[in-house]
Amino acid sequence: MLVYIVKRILMTLLVLLLVVVFLTLLVHIVPGDPVTMILGPRATPSLIAQMRSAMDLDKPIYVQIGHFLWNILHGSLGVDATTGMPITTLIGDSLPQTLILALSSLLLAILLGVPIGMYSATHTNSLPDRILTIVSISLTTTPSYVAGLFLLLIFAVDLHALPAMGLGRAGDTLDYLKHLILPSVALAITWIGYLGRLVRTSLLEVLNETYVRASRAAGVSERLIRYRYALKNALIPTVAILGVGLGSLMGGAVFIEIIFTRPGMGLLIYDAIQTRNYPLVRAGVFVVAVLFVLANFIADLVYTYLDPRIQLNKRKA
Amino acid sequence: MQYFEKPTSPFQKALDRIPLLGDILRQPLGAIGFVIVLMFFISAIFAPLIAPYDYARQDIPNRMEGPSAKYWLGTDNLGRDLFSRLVYGSRIAFETALPSVGIALTVGMLLGLIAGYVGGWLDNIIVVLMDTLQAFPSIMLSLAILALLGPSLINVIIVIGLTWMPNYARVVRAQTLSIREKAYVEAERSLGATDRRLLLSHILPNVIASPLIMAAMDLPWVITFEAGLSFLGLGVRPPTPSWGAILSEGFDHIFETPWPILWSGLTLALITLGFTLFGEALRDVLDPRLSGTRGL
Repeated sequence: MLVYIVKRILMTLLVLLLVVVFLTLLVHIVPGDPVTMILGPRATPSLIAQMRSAMDLDKPIYVQIGHFLWNILHGSLGVDATTGMPITTLIGDSLPQTLILALSSLLLAILLGVPIGMYSATHTNSLPDRILTIVSISLTTTPSYVAGLFLLLIFAVDLHALPAMGLGRAGDTLDYLKHLILPSVALAITWIGYLGRLVRTSLLEVLNETYVRASRAAGVSERLIRYRYALKNALIPTVAILGVGLGSLMGGAVFIEIIFTRPGMGLLIYDAIQTRNYPLVRAGVFVVAVLFVLANFIADLVYTYLDPRIQLNKRKA
Repeated sequence: MQYFEKPTSPFQKALDRIPLLGDILRQPLGAIGFVIVLMFFISAIFAPLIAPYDYARQDIPNRMEGPSAKYWLGTDNLGRDLFSRLVYGSRIAFETALPSVGIALTVGMLLGLIAGYVGGWLDNIIVVLMDTLQAFPSIMLSLAILALLGPSLINVIIVIGLTWMPNYARVVRAQTLSIREKAYVEAERSLGATDRRLLLSHILPNVIASPLIMAAMDLPWVITFEAGLSFLGLGVRPPTPSWGAILSEGFDHIFETPWPILWSGLTLALITLGFTLFGEALRDVLDPRLSGTRGL
């Protein structure tokens, strides 16, 4: 177990190093100079040179990579090219908003998706099961930005029932939560359907296992079997998928933050891309990659803890 | 499983004669999916015949109108017919989705075969590279690359191919690893078969089913992904009627007219649903063991 964790950590660090190399190379591979893009065609040569040096672009690639890594180790992600503010400040402001959005969507997806799946699995082929299956598939196949726009159209533009833009008044928790409803529902929709189907399938599988049939034969009540014995094992694949889920929700947050103008990581990186603010793009995407890799890593560990039958070091073989 | 003779209608008999499609059409949801997919294929191929107007034709006096006899689904902010734009949009959807999934499938399969068959350091390098590509949410990776490459249809295809490719490489690698050790491959090798022969006539035919099913199931996601990029202004350029672009123009005028968002959103949801139902039926028919494992 310990060997596996150490190995995984080393592997993760290697991947993150390659992410930095990749992001640094990206700006060199493609045509066009980010500095002239930011400053415009009428910038003076001295201004361009100054900016190049500020963005490290006048140095060899390995120096740029080394510099970026050195800065990370010292808790800095560089300086924003347009405002001159430390990037850590910008990300420090945006990241919590995205995490709150992603986590509340995940919570919503679990609260609605798991019961849907449980109900379907214990009432297979009944009419409600068939309806729930079709609803789940439809939810799964609705892209988050379509869901977001539809919710915006219905609840904000048409009914004026819920606010649609920004985070609400500063310090007003109730207003903040109101502003969170539409975005998190929009982001959760795909995952409600997805979890519903996943829980249904895995619960059905577990309910057919020998230990469940044995308990049934021994006269254990169906209620106890379903909710105590079967559900625990049936939820294991769900836990495994949640790590991936958090990552994909962070990706989907790009759209949702743009549609609902929420100042999170997605909007930050999107705006930085629009203005060719290359240092901010690199740092932002790097932070998202770190979180993404970390979420997968934690999900893997939780997975093993929940299901001792899985032996991590043997899994790759 | 059926142990008794079932009464056969002419329709059933017809289904029996078509090997793969017949099995798919026998499942109600698979049949619905097939009809939806077919409908979009037809509208992509025959777009000029189906669309009542040119997709770029502007009718400014009638801009942002609701559905009417003249404009079945209404008009957008420039008075362009929404129905015609959506019909032509299905062309763009297929023109991006098919080549990008094709790239992901071929490159991914090739890398997976090499990694799994050759093994050793080459395998390690490929695995780490795939891990790196998958260390970003795919939308972030695409945004970063497209921002630098600039928006265009070709760039979108390359970017989507690149972001989707690792999944294929992983699956093919894992299967190649297990098949490489099978007795019949060992036997063939000891008889002096070349690597080329082993790969092409023994390993490839055995690994190809999963990536093909994956490709069918990935198509709708690629279509919505392209629409998402176009929604962000990084996909195909106007006035080309990508569904995402229609959605984006609708978003700019959300307080004035709901129709562009409503119709293009429903179109996207419908095509994804169709492909998913069809893909699941295809998977169940081709490989019953996989049934329900992906949950999607």
